[in-house]
Amino acid sequence: MAKFITAEQAAGLIPDGASIMFGGFMGCGNAHKLIEVLARKGTKNLTVISNDAAMLKGPDGSEFYGLAKLVHNKQVKKLIATHVGLNPEVAEQMNEGTMEVTLIPQGSFIEMIRAGGAGLGGVLTPTGLGTIVQDADHVHSVVEIDGRKYLLERPMRADFAVICGHKIDKAGNVWYKGTTRNFSQMMATAADVVIAEADHVVECGEIAPEDVVTSGILVKYVVDGGEA
Amino acid sequence: MEKSEIKGFIAARVAKELKDGDVVNLGIGLPTLIPQYLPKGVNLVLQSENGIIGTNPYPTAAELDPVYVVDAGGQPAAVNVGGSFIDSSVSFGLIRGGHVDCTVLGALEVDQEGNLANWIIPGKKVPGMGGAMDLVVGAKKVIVAMEHTARGSVKILKKCRLPLTAIHCVDMIVTEMGVMKFTEEGLTLTEYNPEFTIDQIKEATEAEMILSPDLKTMF
Repeated sequence: MAKFITAEQAAGLIPDGASIMFGGFMGCGNAHKLIEVLARKGTKNLTVISNDAAMLKGPDGSEFYGLAKLVHNKQVKKLIATHVGLNPEVAEQMNEGTMEVTLIPQGSFIEMIRAGGAGLGGVLTPTGLGTIVQDADHVHSVVEIDGRKYLLERPMRADFAVICGHKIDKAGNVWYKGTTRNFSQMMATAADVVIAEADHVVECGEIAPEDVVTSGILVKYVVDGGEA
Repeated sequence: MEKSEIKGFIAARVAKELKDGDVVNLGIGLPTLIPQYLPKGVNLVLQSENGIIGTNPYPTAAELDPVYVVDAGGQPAAVNVGGSFIDSSVSFGLIRGGHVDCTVLGALEVDQEGNLANWIIPGKKVPGMGGAMDLVVGAKKVIVAMEHTARGSVKILKKCRLPLTAIHCVDMIVTEMGVMKFTEEGLTLTEYNPEFTIDQIKEATEAEMILSPDLKTMF
């Protein structure tokens, strides 16, 4: 059963050097409150697995949207992502040699996470064949099946997944609004500890069973983002 | 042609390739201009790989919800009535699984074997491939929409010099000079813009280019 804790308590669970999957696409769907507390706390040497490093400006014009806060504070030692072009601070830190960046095709990235969470030994994908991706560490080998070639991508997991739902009920069931579900649905299956930030905490039953996207059995902790 | 007209000219020609009901993924930049050139009665189902089927490319201010709904460029977007939101795994399943009819994107380089380079300039620009590698491998038709040269230097090459996005993936190139298709014979010029001579087009193209026996003008 999901435990309800404060953002400060949740940040306290995450040690220096942890690996964390963050749901979100260019900041949309990031767990904004929890990331803010992590930034304030200064947790260091993080390995961040996220599609991107968000953007320097949020939609309301505020500085360092979502994950961009952790990059700006130099809390990220290693970033595993698909696209970092909208946060130029990543390239700066990469060139300074203070951040290691691995870039994975977006479709492979999400399937590697799905495999990690679903007990699969890897993913066979045609994406990346004949490119420099083929030689990356996350690729096990090139496999030929019935005359077609594929990259065998390794599964991916993390110590923590930090996701955000618009409504989360008291059993930890999550419903996402708009495009915010993006990577969170799979990330919630692929981490040892899942922390979900709720825009609104609701009673069980307020999310109809057929509308539950991430089951509460996957969510260990819920942080009330306080927009109730 | 005025520099300012080039992008719209290319987008208008690409628009003629798309049919009513096609599921289409548009790259950022020039390809986003395409919907405004579609003839009446041609409605596309736009897919945004971050998780929208039926993206509304021209939302009103009231339809925008920038914290909760963005497109694949991270910009505020909206969904059409009849559309849906999906997660990334389903989105890329649709892309790799051949459920996207067409993707239109820009390129740094394309070569005569249909190889595409559009995601990295080593040592200069390393934004990442995002969804591009999956899109060009999975979409049924891949159209490169771009200016024919980059400030005079050739982009349609014998062999790409930059790291590839994918091999043998491009079906068609549309530029301000012409339309080129990849056929069994090789890269074939099928249409040209009469503002240019065939010699000028050949000069701006490093790749071996065949002239189609049915070569005609672009519009």
